[in-house]
Amino acid sequence: MIHEKSLIRPENLKTHDKLVIDGVDVSGHWSTFIQSRVVTDYNEALQDEIAALPGGEHIHRCWQCGSCTNACTVNAVNPDFNPRFWIYLIRMGMESELLRDKDIIWQCVSCNKCTYACPRDVFPEGVMKATAHWLQLKGHTPKSKSTIFDEVFAEQVIATGKIEEGRTIRGFFARTGQPLMQDWLVEMAKRVARRLPFKQGIAMALAAVFRPRTRKWSKARAALTEYVHEQETRQRKALNLE
Amino acid sequence: MAYYPGCALEGTGHAYNESTKAVGSALGLKLDEVKDWNCCGAMEVKNIDPKVQTYLSSRVMSIAANEMHAKVVMAPCNGCYHNLKKAEYDLEHDASSRETVARISEKAGHETYQAGQVETIHALDWIKDGVGEEELKRRLKNSLKGLKVANYYGCMYTRPRHIFPEKDKGPGSESTLQPHFMDDLLAAAGAQNVDFPLKTACCGGAHTLSDSDTSTQLVLNILRAAEAAGADVIATECPTCHSGLEMHQVRAEKVLGEKTTVKMLYFTQLLGIALGVAPRKLGVHENVSDGMEVLKKIL
Repeated sequence: MIHEKSLIRPENLKTHDKLVIDGVDVSGHWSTFIQSRVVTDYNEALQDEIAALPGGEHIHRCWQCGSCTNACTVNAVNPDFNPRFWIYLIRMGMESELLRDKDIIWQCVSCNKCTYACPRDVFPEGVMKATAHWLQLKGHTPKSKSTIFDEVFAEQVIATGKIEEGRTIRGFFARTGQPLMQDWLVEMAKRVARRLPFKQGIAMALAAVFRPRTRKWSKARAALTEYVHEQETRQRKALNLE
Repeated sequence: MAYYPGCALEGTGHAYNESTKAVGSALGLKLDEVKDWNCCGAMEVKNIDPKVQTYLSSRVMSIAANEMHAKVVMAPCNGCYHNLKKAEYDLEHDASSRETVARISEKAGHETYQAGQVETIHALDWIKDGVGEEELKRRLKNSLKGLKVANYYGCMYTRPRHIFPEKDKGPGSESTLQPHFMDDLLAAAGAQNVDFPLKTACCGGAHTLSDSDTSTQLVLNILRAAEAAGADVIATECPTCHSGLEMHQVRAEKVLGEKTTVKMLYFTQLLGIALGVAPRKLGVHENVSDGMEVLKKIL
């Protein structure tokens, strides 16, 4: 099943409206040809590289039962989102096949239905995050909007101990180059403003100006900054990026 | 009992904070806010590094245990609740998590949290175990009779299963597949719970803004299922789910032209109404969807 999925693709199916070979009419669907294709670019280190990133540690346990894909929230919206298949490709070292789906792997919503269903404790949710992370570190994809959101968020937490959602959202829109004044956000603000008392509106505006912060946080900030830097160095080394 | 509201409850989930405290005081349940608490890491920090998240959550538990001498931490936000539970599990079972957290805690200048020092519970456990349905019934001022409710629990309250060792222990315990604590409390308050198949479906909260189209589709599925089940209101117990449902209800209407009319109220807002607390004190006016429209039926 998986082999067919990876090898026979719509663009490799050849049919001809009018074709005669050695006097035999092979026109139309009844004699569809499948263009042959050979995979030669195995990356034998692929599984180890994914396993070196946080979340990917247990990928080797997978026995391809498919419970993850069956349970997957995103798969129900987009059938191309297929954790089982990607885990297979990674374990086989089929990097070029994996790269065909590089632009959707980051879309995992972390609902953990896969982790709940997995009989082998692969933690597929973590594997999805590690894979998306790997694609970005290797330069196969730009940073996804999700990663940019995570970075804006984590920077704020490490800096102040807390987040103020308005600031996170504004930071995210600015860093992804999107206008804050989107129709639906404006509509939402209008609906809230209709009923919100004046006093509370003021309180919300103040929170946006004076950002909430955790007291006695400076040492934790320094320790976390140091740790994150250490981990980044370790990960780049594991992926031979130095 | 140590109370850990978390960042969202100071922002978009302000109404959840207000209504949780209001229900607590109506029921005589005391809460002491964790001193100088920090963010638990939410759903984002783990994607930068999971152990940073473990540390962040452990710091909150360390303060509760070592400075406040609390035995229990109550977190009403599913994200906070989940992360504290996950940190607890990792610190108990994973030596490298213990080592990393100890190293950062030492540098940060506070005592390292040791697994088992506190128990983390959700606001649902707090009310269900602290008061119970029978006592709740005795204290009812406004029955929620006639209100049809779809109870929505989301992802983080039940998944992954291994971080919730107290669940799935048979009668009386919470179920990870068919959670019912919110159903039980609201039924005791007189509400009619509808048969809602998407109790633990995902709202796409992790990508509310970074992959809005997927989130809108996931939320729309939930809203449509609730309406099909005949619900007037979806009861929520997580600020991320709640704001996700509300935001994407508006987005589905504006972007896809898909209008739904079901309202969203925190379960604490519904319980507060049942206990006779004024809607204003429960922050009903702060919600995006106009909960008063359905509450008019019973007030």
